[in-house]
Parts: sequence; C-alpha cells; structure tokens
Amino acid sequence: MTKKLGLLTLGLTAALVAGCAVPAAPAAPAAPAEQATAAPAGVTELTIWWAEWDPANYLQELANDYEKERGIKVNVVQEPWGTYYNKVTAEWAAKGTGYDMVVGDSQWLGQAATQGHYLDLTDFMKEKGLDKTVTPATLLYYGTYDGKYWAFPTEGDALGWAYRKDLFEDPAEKEAFKAKYGYDLDVPKDLLQLRDIAEFFTRPEKNLYGVAIYTQKDYDAITMGAQNFIFNFGADWKNDKFEVEGVLNTENAAKALELYRELYTKFMPPGLSNAFFQEMNDAFISGQAAMITNYFAFFPALVNSQTNPNYYDKVGFFSTPPGPGGVQFASLGGQGLSVNAYISPERQQAAKDFIEWFASKPVQEKWAALGGYTCNIEVLNSDTFKKATPYNPAFAETMNFVKDFWNIPEFGDLLVVSQRELSKYIVEGQGTAKEALDNIAREHTEILKKAGYLK
Amino acid sequence: MQLTRTQTARAHSRRSLTDVQIQVLFIAPTIILLVLWNIFPLFYSLYLSFTEFSVIKPDVPPAWIGLQNYNKLLSDPRIWQYFTLTGRYVVTTVALQAIVGFGLALFLRERFKGSGLITTLILIPIMMSPVVIGLFWKLIYNPAFGIFNYLIGYSVPNSGPDWLGEASRALWAIIIVDVWMWSPFVMLLCLSGLKAIPDYLYEAAAIDRASPWFQFWRITLPQVAPLLLIAILFRTIEAFKTFDLVMGLTGGGPGDSTELIAVHLYRAAFTRFTTGESSALAYIILVIVIAVSNLYVRSLNRIRGES
Repeated sequence: MTKKLGLLTLGLTAALVAGCAVPAAPAAPAAPAEQATAAPAGVTELTIWWAEWDPANYLQELANDYEKERGIKVNVVQEPWGTYYNKVTAEWAAKGTGYDMVVGDSQWLGQAATQGHYLDLTDFMKEKGLDKTVTPATLLYYGTYDGKYWAFPTEGDALGWAYRKDLFEDPAEKEAFKAKYGYDLDVPKDLLQLRDIAEFFTRPEKNLYGVAIYTQKDYDAITMGAQNFIFNFGADWKNDKFEVEGVLNTENAAKALELYRELYTKFMPPGLSNAFFQEMNDAFISGQAAMITNYFAFFPALVNSQTNPNYYDKVGFFSTPPGPGGVQFASLGGQGLSVNAYISPERQQAAKDFIEWFASKPVQEKWAALGGYTCNIEVLNSDTFKKATPYNPAFAETMNFVKDFWNIPEFGDLLVVSQRELSKYIVEGQGTAKEALDNIAREHTEILKKAGYLK
Repeated sequence: MQLTRTQTARAHSRRSLTDVQIQVLFIAPTIILLVLWNIFPLFYSLYLSFTEFSVIKPDVPPAWIGLQNYNKLLSDPRIWQYFTLTGRYVVTTVALQAIVGFGLALFLRERFKGSGLITTLILIPIMMSPVVIGLFWKLIYNPAFGIFNYLIGYSVPNSGPDWLGEASRALWAIIIVDVWMWSPFVMLLCLSGLKAIPDYLYEAAAIDRASPWFQFWRITLPQVAPLLLIAILFRTIEAFKTFDLVMGLTGGGPGDSTELIAVHLYRAAFTRFTTGESSALAYIILVIVIAVSNLYVRSLNRIRGES
C-alpha cells in the first residue's frame, strides 16, 4: 500500500509543480505467438524495455529469430532516453510487471540490486557458464554489484572519438602541423596531443573547430565527458574505502578539468553549451568539428552515407587517449539485460531462457553483425568483428579499459552534484577547477556519510 | 394483485428519490474520483513531506521526521537562490507578457485588412509544444547558424553571443522565448476585453474633447483591467511551474544559472528520488503560489468593485 501511495504522491508532486505527465503505461502486449516448442508454464510472450535507439531495433530483430526458434514472441518496447530512467523507476516503485526484462544502465545496478527490483542471476549465470563468455570489465561494470550478478552484459559501449580523416591525412595540414608542434599529425597519443590537434584545426573564419565534447547538464553527459579526463590524469571519484577527499580533488584532476574547459571555451563550435550525443554527431556531420567524442553506439550514423553524406567515407575512429602519465580509461556506456524480480517464477524462467539463448556465440555473432556491441570475448576478438566496421577496432580496444561512475544506490544524489559543479566550472566559467572539485568532494562525502559508506 | 403492488412499490421508490438524492447520484462519481486522485494524494503527500521516504525503496516505509525536511530546505541557501531566480523570472516574463500582449491587443482592436490572418499567426506559438519550441529556439539561438544574432545585428556568424552558453544571458534567452510564446495568450484575453467596451464611452469622451491618453487611462485600461489581471494570474502560476522550456533550452545550466525551482524539484523527485523532501518542496512552492495568487485575486476583486 505504501508503495502505491508513494507512487501516487510522486505523480502528484510532479503534477503540482512541474506539470509532468505520469509515466506512460507499458505498451499493450502483442498477440500471443504460435508456440513451436514448450515454453515455461505456457509463457507465450516476453517484454523487454530499452531506450529508444538503434541497438534496441537490432535486439528486436534478434527477438524475431527467437520467436521463430522457440515460439515465444519477444517485444522490445522502446522509450526515449530522456524519460527512460523515470519510466523504469516508476515501474520499480509500483513493483510493476510491465516488463519481463530491462536493459538498464550500469549506474542503476546498485539501486536495483539492493532495493530488490532485479532478480539475482548469479547462480544462473555461473551454472550456464555465461559469466565466462563476456570480458571481465563488462561483466564487472554491466552485471556485477556486491559480488553478485544482476545483469547479463548486453550492449557494450564506451566513449570513443571520431575524426576527419580528410583533414588528418591532408599533406599540407600534416606539414603545417609538424612545423607548429614538432611532431606528426596523427591520431592523438595522449590528451595533450588531442588539445594541440584541437587548437590546430580551430578556424572560426571557416566555421571549423577542433573538437566537440559533452556539456549537457541534464542526466549525466558532462560528468561522463569530464570523467574521461579526470581518470586519465590519474584521479578518481573514490578509493577502495569510498573516500573522496584527496582522491578526487587533486592537482591532477584540476589540470584535467582545466583542459576540458579549455577545449570547450577555445576549440569547440559555439552554441554547444548543452550538448550530448545528438549535438556531437551534428557537429561532425555539418563539418564543424574535426574531432568529436561520443558513445560508440552513436557512431554508425557517421559512416552512413544517408545520414553523413559529406564525410561518411572520410571518418576515422580512435579510443580515448591516455593522460600525460599514461593512465588510460574510457567512460563506460552500455547496459546489461536484467530480469524483473516481480514477475512470476515461470516468466522469470522464460526470461532466463531468453538470456541464455541471447548469450550463445551464434546469436552474439549475429548481434555484432547487426550493429549491436557484443561483450562476448570470442566475438570481440575475432577478425570478422574488427573488420566489420571502421569503429569496431577502437571499440574492441576500449572495452579493455572502461571505467564507470558510481553505481551505488545513491548514484542519483552523487550525479546531481557532479553535473551541477562541472557545468558551473566548465560551461559557466564560475570559480576554479580546484574549487569545483572541492565542492564535489565535500558534497559527495556528505552523501556517502549519510548513506553509511563513510563514518 | 401482486403485480399491482410491485408497480406501486416501484412508483413509490421513484417518487422517493428526491432532487437532492439525484444530484448526489450524479455528482458522487466525480467526488469519488476527485478524492481518489486529487484530495487523498494531496494530504498523503503532505504527510510524506514530514517523513524521510524514497518511493523507489519499496521495503523502507516512510519514517516520521517532523519538520526536518522543511528546516533543511528553508535553511539551504541554494534553495533560496533558486527561489530568487524563479521570482526574477516570473516577474520579468509576466510583466513583459502583459505589456506585449496588451500592446498587440490594442494594435489588433481595430479591424483592418489582414488583421484576422495576423491574429491567427500571432496565436501559433500557444498551440505548439514547449519542448518543440525549446528545440526550435535552441537552433535559433545558435551563434554559428541561428538567426537570432543576425536579427539583432551580428551579421558575421560566430561573432555574436552564445545566448544559452553564457550564464548572464541564458535566463534572458528563456525569458524571450516565454514572452514570445505566451504574450498571444494575454493578447487574446485583452482583445476580448477591448472589444466589449461600449463605443458610447469613447463617443462621450470625444465630445468632452478628452485626449487619447486620457481615454486610454480612464476608459480603456480600467475596462480591460479585470481580464488583464486574470491573464496575469494565469501566467504567474504557469511561470512558477516553468519546466519543459528550461529543460529543452538549457537543462538548468550553465551551472545552475537557469535552475528554476520547478526544475530543481524535478531533479529532487525524479533523479534523486528523495520523495519526502521533494514533497516538502512542492508544498513550499504551493504555498507561495497560493499566496501570490491571493494577492492577485484581491486586486481583481477590488478593481471589479470599483468598476
């Protein structure tokens, strides 16, 4: 009763002030498919919730194969990214059964696991050997919380970079660059070289700028963009004891933020003060940016002649470069497939059966061929995968050094702070990098103390 | 004989259903729905505002903490900063909308060739979704290819200001869009008021050789004032709730320079899921909106009384 009342209250709170609509009801289930084989206790259809993007379409294509093979119809219901988290959490609050499986963000793991919204998949994944099929980093970040498995790594993703090969390989540009910086123009070997290249290609009179990076304040964009730099300059959000002070607000982290702000203020196309994945691709496709950062999942649009008619055959990709000290990480994107803890045991079994099928190598090969970013070790390391697209080699490399933001239940509180303070310094230009980091460290420490992680 | 008794009983039953009972019968479903969906959640959320509770922690019931949420919110300087920002935004947008809307209504009062078409065109922004408008204006404000800077005199691309990226301009950028969007609403109400003013008042004033300014000040404005105040009341309440336009244009940034209180409440309720605290914040906002609305309604009543 409390949960339902709470949900009702949440709706009222939103309606009172924000005028938000109550999250939409889940899509009506499709008509049951004809059963080719026996399904657990007559389960004839399953529903998966995911965000609205291309990988969800690829998953639906695979799901159609599943229906042909097993006779169980699987509907992939898509929700726009901006409201996806709200939709899922509203369902959690109601202990709803609108979905059987959900492809959830890595950051949700702690919250969903500790609050009982996800089914514990540890025994299942170990028994079926699924934990051995994916890379350790993806299993850790997309599937593991507190030593248990709560999701099967489904869509591997991370921040990568795209660049204009026509500019980078132009002999005149190469000569001019070498004359100015003293080394060859190529894919940047570290973040300082990335800065030089960004500076070199910034030519406002030609409406060309060196770089485009995430700045959006809503949800997690600016944090994901800036943490790449923070990690690679040798700092971190926390240490093993959950301590933040002295770990995050270091001199190196301040240098990282100063560099990020320099890229934003000096070498980025104007008007991108609230930019996320769409704006990155737009800047590249319009020819405004020589390099952009984006999640790998959004790179297919750059090599598509329909969506990027001018540069689709002139685009190259590289992994997030290391910092000046050689430390190399890339902000983790991507998601794992989890089972709703509130559905019946029969539906849970049917969902597990689907995950087992999805994890099999032939299906993972098809997943990768369709455009999904597999986390399967064998498929990732295969030449077929690496040669399939221009961005796959960088993706396969990046999957070995991905790193995530906090994924504890309090991640929402922590994220609000980092988004605000990073935006304040990087976009608004208020205060110094050190002050921004000090503010984040202080507030994060308070949140962690309140939650019991720190004394 | 038995049939007759039944018929008599039914007739008696129909007769015994009084007008009041019929009214209750018809109104009851509405009342029940109102209580279920409005009144009960209203009071339940009031209760929750005195508790520590997160709606997505199903196994943790609300824990009574008295006025702690209110204390915490009211002693948080950041909340006051957001309230101040919201206050500035509300006063500026509503004042500008009243002036622009009233001006447009005066312009369109007299019918002329094409006035119908102009009126329709002016009303288009009201009919559009705020989110679409946000995305639309994001492009308009773009310093590289947007038309806004060009219209205000920056003919060279990239030479003008980044309206959404600079803290000092971002709030004004949102205000401009809001005024563009909602001035037609004020115009519509004022126009209906203007058209209702009897011609004989102006004829009498003309006979008395009253100046146009005197006519405006003593006839036009007082006659339209009740409707203008209603428009201002509606717009004030709406401006307090401004959310989608901000999310579409700036997301509350840069930093928190456009973090209006409704945006902050959204983050508290749906990103941090601090349901108890966000309920308390919603009530604080509600009280402020009611207080401000009350002031307007009193002014409205006074003006009505005078007229």
